[in-house]
Parts: sequence; structure tokens; C-alpha cells
Amino acid sequence: MIRGYAGKFLEVDLSTQSFKEVEFSDEVLGDYVGGRGLATKILWDRLGDKWETIDPLGQENLLLFLTGPLTGFFPGGRICVSGKSPQSNGVVGSTVGGEFGVELKCAGYDGVIVAGEAEKPCYIFIKDSDVEIRDASHIWGLDAKQTVAVLTRECRELLKARYPQKGEWKEPSILYIGPAGENKVRTAAVAAKWSHAAGYGGYGAVMGSKRLKAIAVKGTGPLPEVADMEGVKALMQEVCNNAYESELWRRWGTGSAGYEVGAKTSSEPVRNWQEEWHDERSFGVNEFENRVWIKQYWGDFGCPTTCLKLAVVRSGKFKGAITDNPDYELQAYLGTNLGIFTPEENVYMASVIDDLGLCGIQTGNILGFAAELFQRGILTNKDLDGIELKWGDAEAFAVLAKKIAYREGIGNILAEGTYRAALKIGEMKGVDVMPYAVQVKGVGVGAHGIRSEKDYPEIYSYACSVQCGDHTSTACMPLDDFRSELMMAFHDSGVYCYFNVFGLSRTVVFNFYKAVTGIELTREDWVAAKAMKIIQLQRAMLLLGGPDLKWNPEIHDDNPPRFYEPMPSGPYKGKKIEKARVDEEKHKYYELVGWDERGIPRSETLRRLGLDDVDKALEKLR
Amino acid sequence: MGLASEKTPIWIARDFSKCSGCRRCEIVCSLFHEKRVWPEASRIRVFMLAPGIEFPHFCAQCEDYPCVQACPVSALSVSKETGAVIVDSSACIGCGKCIEACPGRIPHMHPKESKILICNLCGGDPQCVKVCQEGLWNALRIVPRGNYSYKLYARTPEEIARDLAVKIFGEDGERYV
Ligand code: SF4
Ligand code: SF4
Ligand code: SF4
Repeated sequence: MIRGYAGKFLEVDLSTQSFKEVEFSDEVLGDYVGGRGLATKILWDRLGDKWETIDPLGQENLLLFLTGPLTGFFPGGRICVSGKSPQSNGVVGSTVGGEFGVELKCAGYDGVIVAGEAEKPCYIFIKDSDVEIRDASHIWGLDAKQTVAVLTRECRELLKARYPQKGEWKEPSILYIGPAGENKVRTAAVAAKWSHAAGYGGYGAVMGSKRLKAIAVKGTGPLPEVADMEGVKALMQEVCNNAYESELWRRWGTGSAGYEVGAKTSSEPVRNWQEEWHDERSFGVNEFENRVWIKQYWGDFGCPTTCLKLAVVRSGKFKGAITDNPDYELQAYLGTNLGIFTPEENVYMASVIDDLGLCGIQTGNILGFAAELFQRGILTNKDLDGIELKWGDAEAFAVLAKKIAYREGIGNILAEGTYRAALKIGEMKGVDVMPYAVQVKGVGVGAHGIRSEKDYPEIYSYACSVQCGDHTSTACMPLDDFRSELMMAFHDSGVYCYFNVFGLSRTVVFNFYKAVTGIELTREDWVAAKAMKIIQLQRAMLLLGGPDLKWNPEIHDDNPPRFYEPMPSGPYKGKKIEKARVDEEKHKYYELVGWDERGIPRSETLRRLGLDDVDKALEKLR
Repeated sequence: MGLASEKTPIWIARDFSKCSGCRRCEIVCSLFHEKRVWPEASRIRVFMLAPGIEFPHFCAQCEDYPCVQACPVSALSVSKETGAVIVDSSACIGCGKCIEACPGRIPHMHPKESKILICNLCGGDPQCVKVCQEGLWNALRIVPRGNYSYKLYARTPEEIARDLAVKIFGEDGERYV
């Protein structure tokens, strides 16, 4: 057996309330690694032949929580959440930090596969090989902080009662949804701790559709045997030493960018991307540090960077709001994108979003979209049930976020995500509002614009990504570039925190993989063969789509219209992206990844990779 | 410098409010003593009864050592060199009397073997302190052992978590634990 794996997966069928243990061959694990890679394989094998008819929010969808071989060993523990995405209708690998993945492996499982749909709200409780589906009616409806508090207490009591004499039981690790997930809001996240979220993909809604409020796991075993423990120890130290050297990254994390990105690279969303530049010093990281931080270092399992920070609003009308200090993405999406430029209001917005169980990026995107429609008079305050949705008004945005989470009034439309809401509102108002929807194939784009070409994404990065608007997985050339989604697929499949890789040589992750699993894997082989296979599977399922939406790459492999408008302000004023250039680059990219001129994976590409059945399924698109 | 005299009794000072929750201490403690990454078999365990208030829970080396006194088979003793509680695992019958006697309910059973786990200060070279210092969190620090009331630090996870929640989040903090 390959080292580094617990060797079995837990499958829970909520419809029949039954469990079984599932195994994957060494060949499958060797090829697909874990996390995002393995998710594509499981989803294709189990649902591929009827993919277009599977409703992501119906009981046929599978919800996957997968670790990878490096989880727990590589500093910075994470877990990968996947399934058919209710945002893109394809497959998104969405990872979240915390201890869940490590705890699950200590319980003896590499992952949990959730099938079916429960009749009543429930949660899954795992203590090593003891698994139970428990009633969750008393926690259904609770917000993030209450859910965690009640479940932590309840599960510890349960452990004490069932397994006495052990000494004090440590709390289990919990993944859960808030009200937004319960109400199947397509921008709902799967959350860990209070504020950590697997946001991209909308898997909180999938969890809600299965009436699964949470999974709590306590594992008492060791992490699996590795091939070379001395090697693993040395590599852990190497990763840590590298992280310790990066003082600003450790101190400020990506939160340093809330001011920097706007001021320096002009690629930060401001008022629904109408601008990408600001020079508002009140939004500098020093202001966050001095005004709202209560903890400078906060981290997940084994992490040397501990880039998270805890923030509390100390005074004023938002007093008492708690969240982890908004990282760059949330400073942008729940700050500048809404015209909010003070740390206190930004922290308040982030805490509201956490509590509701929404994804801050996706929800910030849709709130900005709604506000622009209000600014343009397309949505009136009557449409918004009386909310004056003015830029910078945190209270108004918070009220609307609640309406989205509970699907009240206009919230019911916005709960469908930016793209679907734009279709609906366009129809309702008889105006094309798609130009204001800053999304790609149903996924709101990450907070990194491309117009200035000074930040990281290339002009085709979102357009060609198999994860659509996800800023952590973008298309770029050459394919083995460290920012390319083929490389990113390794981090998401090994399942560990990619932030601890910055500054290291690009072979470290593969050396780590070898020390853990015993398998030699070169970067070339990963990119040309294994990642390539994962990307083709993701692409195939994305294009097959369904049942409500399908994507035509000739139309939908494109940037949001906004990126073709000239920038109105800042040092890159007037700059925009030319469509012809995007098309040209896009076709170069298609060629490199083996897609035809229409963006459909070529037969020869798929057959070379041994994906003959995928080739057959794509026949109808050609 | 005399060789033997280097082992002056030490104590691990703790500032829980600085703990980042990284659990690097659990990783090295279990690697050192169990040769595996094994959080539940670590002699130092990081509790998180509410997010943001992680803290390491481990032996305070009370001056009167109630655990040692409570052991019916004399499996526990005190190291003269370090002041740490030493577990004789071959003698330990896993009765849990030491857990009951400890004001902080700190000892815990090894998850797979019938032996109690208590921090032994790694024979005078605590591994957990090294990583916590290396990461500059400084939640753990080595100080010379003196004539103090170390027992004050032997508190249950609930007690520590409640106090810490108030310290970190303000009066309101307690309701999250
Ligand atoms: S190493 Fe230090 S900061 Fe990290 S969990 Fe342990 S005590 Fe806390
Ligand atoms: S803290 Fe507990 S285990 Fe340590 S010496 Fe005191 S009673 Fe014994
Ligand atoms: S001093 Fe040694 S035995 Fe005690 S907790 Fe630290 S690493 Fe573990």
C-alpha cells in the first residue's frame, strides 16, 4: 500500500442512514493523489454517465471531504471539499484550513463521501471507526459561533460518557454550515472554526440540500506511516525555516494587500469593479493591526506562518463583532468592492458573513452587483424591500446579506449567485444586466483584476480556468509555471496550505510527496500526465454542465464584460483588455492543454491520457 | 561548566494568550516520544474549546505532586534532576487515579497502550519549547524552577478556556466556551 494514506474512506448514505468503508487501488491513489484530483475521479466514475441530469442540489449529488497524502505532514493542515458545484455545474476543488483533515486521518479515514439526502436535519459524528448519524434539529438554524459552541460541548460530553477514564477529551474537529447553507444559497460555504471557509463552488448549499448540518470527527490514532520519516522531518523543518524568514507575510498575511493592491497594482475591486484603484490609507494593514487586532498570530495544524489574525471591533455601533482579520480577498470583497474603507466596518461585514455561513468572496461579489444595479436605478429600494443600498453603507449591506442567507424577498433571487441572478433580474426588468455581473461561468471572480496586468492573473486566466472565477486556480503559461492551475492542482490534491510553499524551490512539494508516499514524482510528470488528466476531467464535467445551465466555451470562456471597459482612475487610467488579444492567448492555451479551437478536449488528448470514456461522452459537444 | 550540573530543575513558563494554535508542539512532542505524528499521544495537547482560544494543556509539575501520591501501584515518581513526573509504564495499570487527583485533569491515557501520559520535560530538553520559540510565538519558555506555587497552573481545560476567552474577547467571551 502507498504510504501516507489511512487506506480507507468512509461512505455515508444519508437516505438509507447507512455506512460503508470504501478503498481505492494504489493505482488510483498514485494517479489522482487525493483532494481535488481524487474528487474528479470519484465524481466521474460515479456520476459521469448521467452528469448532465444531476442537480447539484438534488439527492444524487455526492459531497466529498477529502484529505491528501500530505495532509498533517506538510505544515498547514487543510481539507478539500468537492462535488458537483451548484455554481459552475462542474467540479470545483475547494479547500479550507483547520484540523479536520488531520483529525479524520487520525480516525483512520482519508476522506468522507456523503451520498443521498437525510429526511431530517442531522450531523455525522465520527470517533475513530465508530460512526453515527445524529439528530441536528436543535442546531439547525444556528449561526456559526453558536453552532461551534453547541457542537463542541455536546461532542465532548458524548466522548466523556461513552469513553470514560481516558482523561480529558480534546474537542473534535468540526465542519458545518450556517443558515445560508441550510437554505441552499449558492454562495454558501462549508465552514471550519468560526470563520474559515471552503467558499468557492457553493458546497455549503450542497451540504444544506442533504440536510447535513455538520460533521464532527475525533481521531485518536497516529497519522499513517510514511516512507521516510527522517526525510519528512527534515522537509517539515525546511518549510518552517523558509516561512520564519518571511516576517511581513507572517505578520500581516495577505491582509497586507488591502491597501497595497489597490494603490500599487490597480487590480482590486472597487464598487463592483467600476474601479480597480484606490489610495485610501485608512485601509492600510497598520490600521487593522492597531485598531482591531486582538491576536497577531493564529494558525492551522502545523503551520509556521500563522498568517491569520483575530479581530474584534472595540467600540462604536459595530462593537463586539468578531472574525479572523479579513484577509486580502475579504478586505476587497467585503470592503473596497462595497465602497467600505474602514477596518471596523470591514470586520463587521466579515463577521456577519461568517455567522450566516456565506462565502465572503462570492457574496461580496453579488452584494456589489446589487449595489451597482441600485446605483443605476435598475433595482429600486422598493425592489430591495426598502434598503437604500448605497456604497459604503455596511449596515445596508449586512441587511441584504441576511436576506440572501434566508432567501427573503430580493434575497431569494440573489441567493442564486451573480450569474443566475443576472439572468433573472434581466428578465424581470427587461434590461441586460450581464455587463455588471463580474463572474465567469457562474463563479464570481477572485479579487485580482487583470486590466492593469500588474497583478498575477493573465488576461485569459479566469476565462480558461477549470475552476472558473477561482483566483487560486488560474490558467497560465507555461503550464508548469508555479501559478498555473496544473501546479495548483498538486497543492489541492496533496491537500495542504499553499501559502507555506512561497519562497521554496519548486521541487520541495514533490520531495515531500516522495518522503511521505515513497513514490518518485517529477514536476514534469505531474504537469504532463497527472495534473493534465485532472484538468481534462474537470473541463469535461464543466462543459457537460446541466441540468439548468450549460456553458459554450465559444461564448463563456471569456472575461466579464467589465474587464473590457477602460479603467476610470489611477495610474492605469484608460487601460482595458482587448478582446482580440484574449482570443489569441486563449487559443494558445487551448493548444497547450490539448483542446480544439472551440475549447473542447481533443480525442487524441483524452485517449493519450487513457480517458477514452470521457472522449466518448464529449462526442456530443463536438 | 560541570556536566551533571547542567541539569538544574527547570519549568516551562506559559503565556496562553500568545498561543497561535499551530500545534507544532504536539507534532514534535509525539515525534520525539512516539516516533509518529500523533496529536492524541502527545504529552502536550492543544485544546480549542472555542476558536481563537487555543492553549497547550500539560503538566504543571505541582510542588506536592498529588498524582504521584494517588497512584496505587507507585508507577509515578518525581525526577530529582528535572522535577518532572516520571511514568513507569510497565507498572502503570491504567486505573486513572492520577487523572482524578490532578487539579487540572492533565494526565491522559495513551490512545493505544495502557499507560498514562504525563510531560516528562523530555529529560530536561523540552522539544515543545524549542518549536514554540523558533516560531517566535513564545507561548512556552524555559525558566529555572524555584519555590513557587506551580499548582496554580494545573487547571482544567474548561477553567483555562473561560478565563482566556474573557481575556481575549472581553466579558462576552465566556459564552462561546
Ligand atoms: S507551539 Fe506554541 S504557539 Fe504553537 S500551539 Fe504549541 S504552545 Fe501554541
Ligand atoms: S499538574 Fe497534574 S499531572 Fe502534573 S504534577 Fe500536578 S497533579 Fe501531577
Ligand atoms: S517537555 Fe517534552 S514531554 Fe513535555 S510536553 Fe514538551 S515535548 Fe512533550
